[in-house]
Amino acid sequence: MIEGARWRKWVWFYLPLGAFILALLFPFYWMIVTTVRPDGELYRPWNHPLYSPFWTSNPTLDHVKSLLQETLFNTWMLNTMFIAFVATVISLVCGVIAGYALARLTFRWAGILGTAIFVTYLVPQTLLFIPLAEIIRDYRIGDTPWALILTYPTFLIPFCTWLMMGYFKAIPRELEECARIDGAARWQAMLYIIFPIAVPGILSAGIFAFTLSWNEFIYALVFLSSPEQKTVPVGVTSELIRGDVFFWGSLMAGALIGSIPVAVVYSFFVEHYVAGMTGSVKG
Amino acid sequence: MEAAKPAALQFVSRGPISRALEREGTLAFWLLAPTLLILTVFIAYPFVLGVWLSLSNSTVGEPGHFIGLANFHKIFADSIFRTAAINTFVYTGITTVFKLALGLWLALLLNRHFRGKAWIRAFILLPFIIPTVLSTLAWKWMFDPTFSVFNWLFWKMHIINSRINWLGDPELAMGSIMIVNVWRGVPFYAISLLAGLQTINPDLHEAAAIDGANRWQRFRHVTWPLLLPVTMVVVLFSVIQTFADFQLVYVLTGGGPANATHLFATYAYQIGIGTGLLSEGAAISLAMFPALLLVVVFQLWYIRKVENR
Amino acid sequence: MAQVRLTQLNKKFDGTHAVKDVNLEIRDHEFVVLVGPSGCGKTTTLRMVAGLEEITSGEISIDGKVVNNLAPMDRDIAMVFQNYALYPHMSVYENMSFGLRMRKFERAEIDRRVKHAAEVLGIQPLLERRPRQLSGGQRQRVALGRAIVRNPRVFLFDEPLSNLDAALRVQMRVELKRLHDRLDTTAIYVTHDQVEAMTLGDRVVVMKDGTVQQEGAPLALYQRPANRFVAGFIGSPAMNFVPVTLEWSEHALWARATGLRVRVPPARTEAMRQHVDKKVILGLRPEALHPSSGSDGADYAFEATVEVVEPLGSEILLDTRVGEVPVVARVDPGVRVNAHERVRLAFDPARAHFFDAATEAAI
Repeated sequence: MIEGARWRKWVWFYLPLGAFILALLFPFYWMIVTTVRPDGELYRPWNHPLYSPFWTSNPTLDHVKSLLQETLFNTWMLNTMFIAFVATVISLVCGVIAGYALARLTFRWAGILGTAIFVTYLVPQTLLFIPLAEIIRDYRIGDTPWALILTYPTFLIPFCTWLMMGYFKAIPRELEECARIDGAARWQAMLYIIFPIAVPGILSAGIFAFTLSWNEFIYALVFLSSPEQKTVPVGVTSELIRGDVFFWGSLMAGALIGSIPVAVVYSFFVEHYVAGMTGSVKG
Repeated sequence: MEAAKPAALQFVSRGPISRALEREGTLAFWLLAPTLLILTVFIAYPFVLGVWLSLSNSTVGEPGHFIGLANFHKIFADSIFRTAAINTFVYTGITTVFKLALGLWLALLLNRHFRGKAWIRAFILLPFIIPTVLSTLAWKWMFDPTFSVFNWLFWKMHIINSRINWLGDPELAMGSIMIVNVWRGVPFYAISLLAGLQTINPDLHEAAAIDGANRWQRFRHVTWPLLLPVTMVVVLFSVIQTFADFQLVYVLTGGGPANATHLFATYAYQIGIGTGLLSEGAAISLAMFPALLLVVVFQLWYIRKVENR
Repeated sequence: MAQVRLTQLNKKFDGTHAVKDVNLEIRDHEFVVLVGPSGCGKTTTLRMVAGLEEITSGEISIDGKVVNNLAPMDRDIAMVFQNYALYPHMSVYENMSFGLRMRKFERAEIDRRVKHAAEVLGIQPLLERRPRQLSGGQRQRVALGRAIVRNPRVFLFDEPLSNLDAALRVQMRVELKRLHDRLDTTAIYVTHDQVEAMTLGDRVVVMKDGTVQQEGAPLALYQRPANRFVAGFIGSPAMNFVPVTLEWSEHALWARATGLRVRVPPARTEAMRQHVDKKVILGLRPEALHPSSGSDGADYAFEATVEVVEPLGSEILLDTRVGEVPVVARVDPGVRVNAHERVRLAFDPARAHFFDAATEAAI
């Protein structure tokens, strides 16, 4: 049982798992290496004798410096943080109370509205961006953060609602009933008893919403035009290219640093993130 | 207990708002109102507007008038549109199959106990967490015809002698994009399916093993059927997202080379925003709708079926 | 304390008629137990009194005031739930004071009441703990404490002991009774356990299929059940039912079944006269049967074959068979009988019950 199993384990388990991890994480490694690689080394063609892909002997922070000092990257970071934060708060508030209503209250339209909200989650942004661009222009919020802050909830709220519904359904009804008998009005039982208990769910929804906001691209691309208004994804892809020339060092630095806020939030709340993701899938 | 009690039924005084909100219907209305407002203004209304646009001849700066289905006739005759349509379906189909297979495999691997499992699980989700355009830029750099690390690798392994133009070769470009899509999607599939796997009672596997089933049979008859509900939900979600994908193609090829890699979304962007032909762009976007509707209806039907089992 | 009156109370859920025309009056300071199998409507009735379910038709009044449309918070009642329903994110003190805080009581008064209730229930050392740090029995006490501090008009109990293990249940039952004596509250208590009903209730209401089968003092239900269901529900092991036919012989009425021929007690003969050609069920409690040597007359005795002997220590249960009918007898521990033997069982005629087989009503 000893010899055969060991060998088997390597082939069927360690090797594939290792391959997956390598494949999934290599691009990030490449991002990091490129960021600290000096330009001279960077622009060596692939069949150049001195091409040394996996490390560099002269790491430099030039790209990072040029990114932070010579471009509007810092502004983009602030923009994106602000937009993501406010959009998340709006979506959480709406999603939590809507989730409660659909999970806990019985009323005639409950089924239809629940389905309607679910369905809007499945209407992709790429279907709506053209008419929305017109609407944004008409309301005069084009090229401002508000264009995004008001439109991001369209895909954040349905997700938050659905997630919170699952959490609320898992809380025993007796808690609210007891609170109401104790002397609380319906809304007080909801606010003082149910919401505090659902905090882990609210946290999961918030983190997921924050991440989704950072990931949004087409609305940001279409609704914002001035360089100072742009978000990180749009700014990095549009402003760091002059003519046909790609400044890969700065681009990778931008990609790397731009990923940090989301990665940090994620790292603190991995369990909540996974719970949010799997909760939404298991329904 | 000797506390004094009022003789009549002790009435708790509450304001009129509290009382009005005691009724389930009223409370539900106010709790759902903000959500419904936002969704109506920023989804329902644009959708209707989009339909109107597609049936008119508006351009940027010039509101047009009703012209019926002319836009749709035009785009169906457009060879680029046809390419984009085929691309989208093929792209969605192939990547979904790969994402499911690889994601399932990874989920099965992760379903064991091993040291560092929590860490690995956390790291594996990174492709899904990191903003798509940023990681896609890294891929674009890795695919760069002159500087590609893949070219270097294959050259060193003596597999190729001249460069592979990953994104510039019309035959290869779509495939390269698919690779990135699969790379991005596998973690989502894997973690979701892993969660599904973990809800399967291990007793069932043990009972099957005692009954004489080998690994493959156990998978086919115990694991797969019980995993089906989660699988369906994940696949349907992913199909919708992939079908409407924009970011990958935009960053990697912009729709080129020579319009070979366009999807519905990127072509709609090029026509609607790029050239300002709003109505035609809207028509292209809306062309996605029938297929999406089918998927959504199917998903709703499936969920209903599972819930009522 | 208050008087609660239910008048023609009905509740329909989507097609199921859960509570049918229930009329009940609970007097001031009375402890009434609603008991019955699951699905009988007892919990639904309780929830309507609490205001947690809408009333389809009928009236509920507390102290003369109709409360049909009053929200739970306005009815001045307290409820103890089966799952305790303690607020997990609050300490015991906060749990107990929640209701008073919602009603805007003064801090000093809240403190006084909570401390007092904690003392009555013996949970003072637990006041700062969280529910998850408490045992089942402690949680139950906190749930009780939360109800007590409110000094409500009516206490409602929804199967509060069902989640406790057997030993704890017995202990809490005694404590509840003691508490009731001390607090002298009006209470409505729901349970499916007839032992709890008999021990705790001043009055017991047996329900089945949404209707009240019988109500009265525990002993009255035991000694004079109004129908077969109540007879079989109250008392454990359950009453034995033997289908018999009546026949006249020697100026007396006899009840006959396979392997059994007993006399109908003279006091009951008049009432039984009309049932001579109809199907009748004879009911005998296991504790009413005792082995007899034959020295007592043959009028109220019969033979049975012992199938299983269950020695419980304090008594012996004999699972016997008379003809086709299983009969359980509860006898003294000293009785020496073995399986597959025949035994002669006799009963006190005053403890025989008769039921109309068709209507199931007692005769």
